[in-house]
Amino acid sequence: MFDITLRVNGVLRQASVPGRRLLSDCLRHDLGLTGTHVGCEHGVCGCCTVLLDGEPVRSCLTFAVTVDGREITTVEGLAGPGGELSPVQRAFAECHGLQCGFCTPGFLCTATALLRDNPSPSEEDVLEGLSGNLCRCTGYQNIVKAVHRAAELIAEESR
Amino acid sequence: MKPPPFDYHAPRDLGEALAALAEAGPDGKVLAGGQSLIPLLNMRLAAPARLIDINRVAGLDTLSAGPEGVRAGALARHARVERSAEAAAVQPLLRRALRLVAHPVIRNRGTVVGSLVHADPAAELPAVLALLGGSVRLAAAGGAERDVPAAEFFTGPMESAVRPGELAVSAFFPALPPGSGVSFRELARRHGDYALAGVAVLVTPAAARVACIGVGPVPIVVDVTEQAAAGDWAAAAQAVRERVEPEEDIHASADYRRHLAGVLAGQALRDAAREAETTGVRHHA
Ligand SMILES: Cc1cc2nc3c(=O)[nH]c(=O)nc-3n(C[C@H](O)[C@H](O)[C@H](O)COP(=O)(O)OP(=O)(O)OC[C@H]3O[C@@H](n4cnc5c(N)ncnc54)[C@H](O)[C@@H]3O)c2cc1C
Ligand code: FES
Ligand code: FES
Repeated sequence: MFDITLRVNGVLRQASVPGRRLLSDCLRHDLGLTGTHVGCEHGVCGCCTVLLDGEPVRSCLTFAVTVDGREITTVEGLAGPGGELSPVQRAFAECHGLQCGFCTPGFLCTATALLRDNPSPSEEDVLEGLSGNLCRCTGYQNIVKAVHRAAELIAEESR
Repeated sequence: MKPPPFDYHAPRDLGEALAALAEAGPDGKVLAGGQSLIPLLNMRLAAPARLIDINRVAGLDTLSAGPEGVRAGALARHARVERSAEAAAVQPLLRRALRLVAHPVIRNRGTVVGSLVHADPAAELPAVLALLGGSVRLAAAGGAERDVPAAEFFTGPMESAVRPGELAVSAFFPALPPGSGVSFRELARRHGDYALAGVAVLVTPAAARVACIGVGPVPIVVDVTEQAAAGDWAAAAQAVRERVEPEEDIHASADYRRHLAGVLAGQALRDAAREAETTGVRHHA
């Protein structure tokens, strides 16, 4: 077993894990953060996407020990300190960017990083950015709309 | 599913990593970006007794571009190489190929060297290395480093020249010669998937080559210098169709893959020849 420390959503968290513990399972089972969802465990569906030092990565394709000492942001960490939804979260709600919500944590993390790196993405940029996330409910149209809407919200709020 | 148990090592420097690999021998496996190995572990298609995680090894996270070419260290992630303006200026094919590798999120973790060692017959980067005549540098405990040329590096589907106990420390991609053009074209069922078939193409003032993926056990390099010199793209495509060795699977028939390789080669050769003309003009000016 390895004793690891992760800074998750700004809070230092410790866990004792075997080498084979996936970051997704560490977050969900060891740390009780079940917002990160697990669909396929082979990198295809994207619903386990979290931010590692700000960069979106598949938590199902990362061992928890590998990222000992690093900073993780999960869907639970996207809202503001008082629980107010982030612009990306609000845009998803406003545009009906989710139905069952299973894929949503991954889309939210991916879109949050996408808009940070590219605040006014083209249609093409959004499609490419979201291409690694699967949704079985919405048909994607409203998710794409939500990302464009989130870009507007972020721009308005930073004025 | 979950990965089977293994002994985990996280060496801090190259010496420690090589010692751990030497001790593990055939039981050891290197963990780089994990974007190919961890799916295999999760599906229990691989069960190495020991995992040597190189993510903390100092000195492997390197990328350098010079007049000779681009050298990527073992921890240079796809995303970093893709974004590097210096690398793109020296060898534009790298960025173009990387944009076809998986999805941006996978590229944040996956490494260029890992993709070469993994040697998937449908992967883009092995074709780039083979097309350009690049090489992979291997290190082992107590021995000198050796550079293995691309033509000897890919030995079979998912098989490379890396021996047990060896670590691939870097890969070298030669620069684009003046007056040359490159192109990468592929067809995949879904964006980001491994391609059904694809081609990387290089056209220089002296030669024209096509490297094909998804249509053989390793990237298949076809010399089409003669056909290209005559501007006979149909003959070049025919030469490609004759050389490839596609197999049928649930995604596509062998005939369809052969057909695709020819069509893509024709298109990519035209792209690259056009680019060679424009860069050639600029070099003469
Ligand atoms: C959903 C999905 C889609 C993908 N689509 C594509 C695609 O379209 N095209 C494509 O090319 N790839 C694709 N990939 C694979 C991706 O590019 C991987 O990143 C890459 O193949 C392996 O790099 P890695 O650093 O992740 O290697 P790892 O997974 O860590 O290792 C892969 C293999 O190489 C060995 N290895 C790695 N580094 C070294 C080293 N330095 N020395 C010795 N051995 C080493 C490991 O032991 C292992 O056997 C996809 C992956 C996923 C999950
Ligand atoms: S659970 Fe990680 S990508 Fe599907
Ligand atoms: S909302 Fe159900 S999978 Fe996307």
